Amino acid sequence: MLCMSLQAGEIPLGERRSGYEFMGRDTRAMQDDDSTNPALFWLMDGETLWKRKDGVAACSSCHETMKGVAARYPKVAGGRAVNLEQQINACRSERQKAAPLAYESRELLALTAYVARQSRGMPIEAGWNERTEAGRALFTRRQGQLNLACTQCHDDNWGKQLSGTTIPQAHPTGYPIYRLEWQDMGSLQRRLRNCMIGVRAEPYPYGSAELVDLELYLMWRARGMKLETPAVRP
Amino acid sequence: MARVAITAPSSAKKGEIIEIKTLAAHVMENGFRRTQEGALIPRDIITQFVCTYNGVEIFRAELHPAMAANPLIAFTTVATESGTLEFKWTGDNGYAETQSASLSVS
Repeated sequence: MLCMSLQAGEIPLGERRSGYEFMGRDTRAMQDDDSTNPALFWLMDGETLWKRKDGVAACSSCHETMKGVAARYPKVAGGRAVNLEQQINACRSERQKAAPLAYESRELLALTAYVARQSRGMPIEAGWNERTEAGRALFTRRQGQLNLACTQCHDDNWGKQLSGTTIPQAHPTGYPIYRLEWQDMGSLQRRLRNCMIGVRAEPYPYGSAELVDLELYLMWRARGMKLETPAVRP
Repeated sequence: MARVAITAPSSAKKGEIIEIKTLAAHVMENGFRRTQEGALIPRDIITQFVCTYNGVEIFRAELHPAMAANPLIAFTTVATESGTLEFKWTGDNGYAETQSASLSVS
């Protein structure tokens, strides 16, 4: 019964709205103008890193364009989901023979933003598989001392106020994002961990299978929506 | 790694009002925050921004601890003659960045 009622809460495809539409005019303006979006520093750094030889090669030694790539991640391979950050690190250790970058480091965020920026405006492509199923189970499971599931806010109560802010629908359309609250760039996993801390649950560690499954489900949930990377969020 | 970015027109008509937008990559650590162990994080901010147009100061801003990281400063000026716009940011811990942009006025 509970499962059915949670499923009923899923947002119809036509009613889905990006977090952008919940923002104030000033924040939108910041995202719309590439020259005032602070993420431009990460994009510039990302381009430098992309072209710089690290280990035996540079990213640009093998790859020409990364257009559309970010719209298809996370990907499922060998029974586990891999997100864009993990794919970059896998490429570094397996192909470049370079040390993997720490999760949430400036370098990894810069490279991820640089890659994802090339898919801006493209629709998210995500199919359904067993990892997506696992992600949905997490999304609909109550957790933390507040005993709340993601779905209770983001499917059932989006658009309402939570303290001073409007609850968005939680579509990961612009990651990595420049978040004003952070005064910094951050990954989707940083945002997910924030929400978990918010409901007083113990957040999963960066790069954990659970967080990637959740990312995968969120991308499926936002399938067809356009990528905005690098987005600005309040 | 990129530290500052300027957006300004490269050409303008004489007497035209032009908009200049500047961004500086900076943490703007306000000096009031503490680490989880309770130690005060020392202040580290940009304190001043100056723009000169052919050597004449046309815009100056003083920055304070309440200002956001990666401060965006946008302002306008009147295009009077061809020349160079120089931008200079200075701050705590010897922070200093300069950038210039050329403007041709017809």
